[in-house]
Amino acid sequence: MSTAAASPPGELASQRTISSEIEQLRTAWTAGDAQPRIDYPPYRSSVLRHPTKALHPADPEAAELVAPVFGHSDVAPLEADLTIQDRGEPIGERILVTGRVLDGEGRPVRHQLVEIWQANAAGRYVHQRDQHQAPLDPHFTGTGRCLTDAEGVYRFVTIKPGPYPWRNHHNAWRPAHIHFSLFGTDFTQRLITQMYFPGDPLFGLDPIYQSITDPAARERLLAHYDHDLSEHEWQLGYRWDIVLTGSHSTPMERPEEHDA
Amino acid sequence: MPEPDPTPGQTIGPFFAYALPYERDHELVRPTVDGALRLHGTVYDGAGVPVPDALLEIRQADGAGRVPTLEGSIRRDGTAFTGWGRCQTDAVGRYSFTTIEPGGSGAPFVAVVVFARGLLHRLFTRAYLPGANASSSPLLASLDPQIHERLIAVREDDSSLRFDVHLQGDLETPFLTFPGEV
Repeated sequence: MSTAAASPPGELASQRTISSEIEQLRTAWTAGDAQPRIDYPPYRSSVLRHPTKALHPADPEAAELVAPVFGHSDVAPLEADLTIQDRGEPIGERILVTGRVLDGEGRPVRHQLVEIWQANAAGRYVHQRDQHQAPLDPHFTGTGRCLTDAEGVYRFVTIKPGPYPWRNHHNAWRPAHIHFSLFGTDFTQRLITQMYFPGDPLFGLDPIYQSITDPAARERLLAHYDHDLSEHEWQLGYRWDIVLTGSHSTPMERPEEHDA
Repeated sequence: MPEPDPTPGQTIGPFFAYALPYERDHELVRPTVDGALRLHGTVYDGAGVPVPDALLEIRQADGAGRVPTLEGSIRRDGTAFTGWGRCQTDAVGRYSFTTIEPGGSGAPFVAVVVFARGLLHRLFTRAYLPGANASSSPLLASLDPQIHERLIAVREDDSSLRFDVHLQGDLETPFLTFPGEV
């Protein structure tokens, strides 16, 4: 399966090489490939970091059947607004990002932690190892947390992140994205993913996004612009729903289901 | 209503370290409490090179086998045992939690989830206590002995537990999938 072209040490592959590898793997998808291929050579960092053995089937046991609980002692409401975390206004396009967190049966994941992090409008992270030649925004850290409400709804106000270069290959650019960290009702539902913006011209070129080979599954990482969420003279609105796997807990252990 | 399709995972990337870690995230209990136990190890890639930009989380029962459902994991007050912790690896791939031994019937374990740059979807595994064996665990019983011993933490001379994670290679850690996952 390894199709990574051997580049000389220290020499980055061209976009043409990466794109041709992406194209070869794109044609090999089958329906039901809902997750990224963890063995995805166009994403060079994955080559030595993906397991080669099949995952071992396990029945979840006690510690895996119960997700950690987060509450108002863990998260302050203001942490959901990334535009007010400093005394000044961050630069960029102010956006609202909202949606529901659901489990695999379509039930809302209630009162659970959602964490996000992202680059600023210029495509730079507040991280000492991010040395992209773009300005840091003194009024934007790019991290937020919130709890879902009783309907499973999360809500963040932030700045639209910019695309940024990375060294996977020559002239590699990530599409603009927001990283999301999610918990369900079981620990087995733990998920970290990335939300993308519709219409990004970089999608076809990006091996991380293209590691999801089923086009329908890829589209599930795209937020939708929702004009009804936009606010007059203030911000643009995006909607993105997130679906975790099913819960293994029995209904007996989920009394809150009865008050739905 | 048809069941909704799952949202795919993506890599945590290299720059989570200003966002997800928080104060005492790796201390499920204070190191000074009775029974405090260090669970630590190194994350290696397929070339045996330590992975400096991984994030591990653990979830576990208390000493009596109860899985806590208390809040307070992010702003820890040092009293509640919430049974959840998070630790990023350091420059040489090491992680370390301070916790207690999980108890209960069967073969108690610490559930572990691994994220890393280069890893496109999270990986689940388990760190069993020394002495765990196939007769007390359906999962261990389902694996070859040489494979299942990679799920059992090693007691070090200082009485800490070491559980190394090998993402790939001859010592590849057994990673798990659960019913209903796609």
